[in-house]
Amino acid sequence: MFRNQYDTDVTTWSPAGRLFQVEYAMEAVKQGSAAIGLRSKSHVVLACVNKSNSELSSHQKKIFKADDHIGVAIAGLTADGRVLSRYMRSECINYSYSYESPLPVGRLVVQLADKAQVCTQRSWKRPYGVGLLVAGLDESGAHLYYNCPSGNYFEYQAFAIGSRSQAAKTYLERKFESFSTSSRENLLKDALFAIRETLQGERLTSSICTVAVLGVGEAFQILDQKTVQALIDAFEIAGEEAPAAEGDAPDQSAAGSGPTTDQGPPAEPDVAPMET
Amino acid sequence: MSESVQVTNNLTNPEASSQRTLYPYVTGTSVVAIKYKDGILMAADMGGSYGSTLRYKSVERMKSVGKHSVLGASGEISDFQEILRYLDELILHDNMWDDGNSLGPKEVHNYLTRLMYNRRNKFNPLWNSLVLGGVKNGQKYLGSVSMIGVHFEDNHVATGFGNHLARPILRDEWKEDLSFEEGVKLLEKCMRVLLYRDRSAVNKLQIAKLTEEGMTISQPYSLKTFWGYGAFQNPTVGAEGSW
Repeated sequence: MFRNQYDTDVTTWSPAGRLFQVEYAMEAVKQGSAAIGLRSKSHVVLACVNKSNSELSSHQKKIFKADDHIGVAIAGLTADGRVLSRYMRSECINYSYSYESPLPVGRLVVQLADKAQVCTQRSWKRPYGVGLLVAGLDESGAHLYYNCPSGNYFEYQAFAIGSRSQAAKTYLERKFESFSTSSRENLLKDALFAIRETLQGERLTSSICTVAVLGVGEAFQILDQKTVQALIDAFEIAGEEAPAAEGDAPDQSAAGSGPTTDQGPPAEPDVAPMET
Repeated sequence: MSESVQVTNNLTNPEASSQRTLYPYVTGTSVVAIKYKDGILMAADMGGSYGSTLRYKSVERMKSVGKHSVLGASGEISDFQEILRYLDELILHDNMWDDGNSLGPKEVHNYLTRLMYNRRNKFNPLWNSLVLGGVKNGQKYLGSVSMIGVHFEDNHVATGFGNHLARPILRDEWKEDLSFEEGVKLLEKCMRVLLYRDRSAVNKLQIAKLTEEGMTISQPYSLKTFWGYGAFQNPTVGAEGSW
């Protein structure tokens, strides 16, 4: 996509029938740091890479709770994402007030999509530069949606957006068929693995990622750093300098019988060390 | 072409010829409803009183709302019709989403509560006591809303005189998982007492049944009454000085 004479306004079509401003907005999503989501029948997990600009600063919030049964992870212009999260919270609480019932996530997603569409058809507006992974629960179970700046939305079993998300998508594509019946713990494990894929060898710790989960009987919550680090350690996901193709899932048991890496826990005295 | 339009409302001139509800004109009397094994049973007579005159005798005071609920109302009939229009629009917009979600009885009940309370706060109430019952996904729901927005849920509810005459009977005799026949018999017992003792009751009633499959409302019918008590044969006997 190179600069051309049809990309100044969002209200100008190109001769090929494209709206370049909208496509550029989707590029902004690809520049943001990765966010991934996956779901089973009863739970949805959202996870994102949270890197701060410098050691002195804190990192940006990329996962927001909209209601007990809906959460969203964003990638792209986080300011736009914050504004949309506020809209989602507002819609959820207004619905709850009128109907004493949680807003069906499918409806919220359509409302978001229609809001995004407006910005693609007004000359005095610009499209939102943020992609939203919306996780929600309704009567028919757990759902994961992706909302585009274009105003489109799609439902997914698992998805990844943002920079280097393709690596995560490749991992998820291999495993997604089992997600439907996955347990909550396995879902979290797969989410952390997928996040690690986007790091391209860098070590995964809880200080550079955020994980949130929601499910039947469990309100949406962002897991605290300690819990996430414990999960990383338990699943031995850290992996350092490991090639991105690393895909061997460690054994369920946390006892040191998983594949040993430089960072793996020291071999238990009564367990023979495994060949690397 | 200048027209001066006078706009008065309750804020600019609180004492202006008021456009708010002061008293009801055509009213319906009690509604009684119970949960039973398969869903909800609701009974109401078909009378519309004009003050103390029993003027209209074919007023349907129970209507279905959406796929899952039934609404019964006592009080001002025209306000009931207005509420039905609000609900019609609500259900229409719900259906237009076309997404498999639908408003259940709990949602409709809460919506009505907000509606009634909002009007009460503007000193322009919808002069009704409402009973909202329904079944969705196997869950039975029965609630009540008054004209001032008081709302609650219970296994059996009633409006107006029904609260005083029918509820005590229901408190003694209602139990979980009544069969359809038992439920109807119980409601008829309540309605008969109301017929004897409520001056605005008429002997023409309908019973609405609401289950997961939907609502059916019976054809209007009458209750058998007995007036052959000795005291009624010669009512003035024993009343000295009466003529």
